Amino acid sequence: MNLLAVERIKLFSTRSPWWSMLAALVLMLGMSTLFAAVLEPGALEVAATQVGYDLALMVVMVMATLAVTTEYRFNTIKVSFQATPRRSAVLLAKTVVVAVLAGLLGEIAAFGSWGLARLVRPEADLRIDTAAEWRQVAGVGLVWALGAVLAVAVGALLRQTAGAVTLLLVYALLVESLVGLIPKVGQNIRRWLPFTHANHFVRGGGQPAEGGQENALSLPFGPWGSLAYFAGVVLVILVLALVTVNRRDA
Amino acid sequence: MIEAVGLTKRYGRTVAVNELSFTVRPGRVTGFLGPNGAGKSTTMRMILGLDRPTAGDVLIDGRHYRDLHRPLRHIGALLDAKWVHPNRSARAHLRWLARSNGLPRGRVEEVLELVGLASVADRNAGAFSLGMAQRLGIAAALLGDPQILLFDEPVNGLDPEGIHWIRQLMRRLAAEGRTVFVSSHLLSEMAQTADELVVIGKGRLIAQSGAAEFVERASGAAVRVRSPQLERLRTALASTAGARVRDEDDALVVTGLTSDQVGEVAAAQGVVLHELSPQRGSLEEAFIRMTSGAVEYHAEETGEHLHLGDAGAEGQR
Repeated sequence: MNLLAVERIKLFSTRSPWWSMLAALVLMLGMSTLFAAVLEPGALEVAATQVGYDLALMVVMVMATLAVTTEYRFNTIKVSFQATPRRSAVLLAKTVVVAVLAGLLGEIAAFGSWGLARLVRPEADLRIDTAAEWRQVAGVGLVWALGAVLAVAVGALLRQTAGAVTLLLVYALLVESLVGLIPKVGQNIRRWLPFTHANHFVRGGGQPAEGGQENALSLPFGPWGSLAYFAGVVLVILVLALVTVNRRDA
Repeated sequence: MIEAVGLTKRYGRTVAVNELSFTVRPGRVTGFLGPNGAGKSTTMRMILGLDRPTAGDVLIDGRHYRDLHRPLRHIGALLDAKWVHPNRSARAHLRWLARSNGLPRGRVEEVLELVGLASVADRNAGAFSLGMAQRLGIAAALLGDPQILLFDEPVNGLDPEGIHWIRQLMRRLAAEGRTVFVSSHLLSEMAQTADELVVIGKGRLIAQSGAAEFVERASGAAVRVRSPQLERLRTALASTAGARVRDEDDALVVTGLTSDQVGEVAAAQGVVLHELSPQRGSLEEAFIRMTSGAVEYHAEETGEHLHLGDAGAEGQR
């Protein structure tokens, strides 16, 4: 428990996490409200209120990456490992604190976006009354938490802010979609890429009316299977990070 | 008590620390002396379990650092005063450290008072001068009231007042029966603070001995003699046990003998002397000679060529 408190103190005793979280929140609420205001009445359904979740997730992942890479940048990681030689415990405590924070923020952002959409468009049917609709809103927090874990792991592996953030953002925003464009094999590879599954969990399986790219891709799992798959990939990278951090010199 | 046995660290093909063995005992200040790049910081990081030794071992009171429960209560260290987040306050920095080792929050205020930072504790550590940062590092080292303390070049870049303060602090900590291990690249600095010295050069042990003893040896009393019968004197000195003679202009420089002994040798041979003067070489100069030419030094000492692999072991005797 002490280690969780330690990571909490570390995180909240500098300003950048506050700014990152505020930025993620504003980005998501702003995009969702904008969309809600301009969408055709028929197209505005519950899933559509979460439109900015993946972009805001990138900001959350930057915050999570920084939680590790700034420790390397300012060498406080050495002080951390000096105070607690059990390095796995240190990294796991940091992971838990950042993930819980990202998850809570995700729920606030998701329900906030939904609430704002209802305010902006009171005439649209935005009641959450199916399991799929609950998942489409409450699921955002789960994906943000897992995305934060991934970012902590990548940050611990690469140790440099620029490298880790670039890798995460370029991968999540570009690589997965570009892979799909490769002739013949592209779509088959894409079916197994993690952010495709994260997206499938939050957006997929609602009313088929949504159409679009996502449904064109036939995924091997249902939404919850996709979440488990995304979590599995994240876990593998976290284990890789734990092993690496224990093996190398601080 | 810190014990290093055959401690070795390689980075690729570079050997930073080479089969280093030494002991640091409680109740005194032990200086860890060597030129920059000799491997002092690497050794200290290995003591703290931050770097993994390539070979050998280092134990704190018989245990590995990683096996210490709440290590800050056993051993405190200041390796680098800049190891703080610049946008975190000094108080917050100490607060998370204290929490990680189950130390009460009141202890943070105590050490802040102790190092004289209480009034600026809410300022960000990045805004601190080097002297203040150094004090913050010392506060962190003292946080767990540890029996063993490690300081890496603590007086570097400090003003005279700061240097004086740190010297006093180290003396006081040792007087309280604690183990104090402090590195420096300045022999003159260590001559003033340390009771015992562990001297390394190029990652190898050159000597572990009492500080006074080492200084005596390092300043290596040489004696300069001039005589109209230089050749006779040279022959006489060469056959004297322990004496080493070299030429310098029209004089001889004798090491290994005191000026009294040289005078006696000359008198016994009936040699006239025009000059007999003890040469007290600069401490730093001698130290540089010993550490940069670790191998040379030992070859000279034993009168035979030594392989690199023997030099470290030789120094321990």
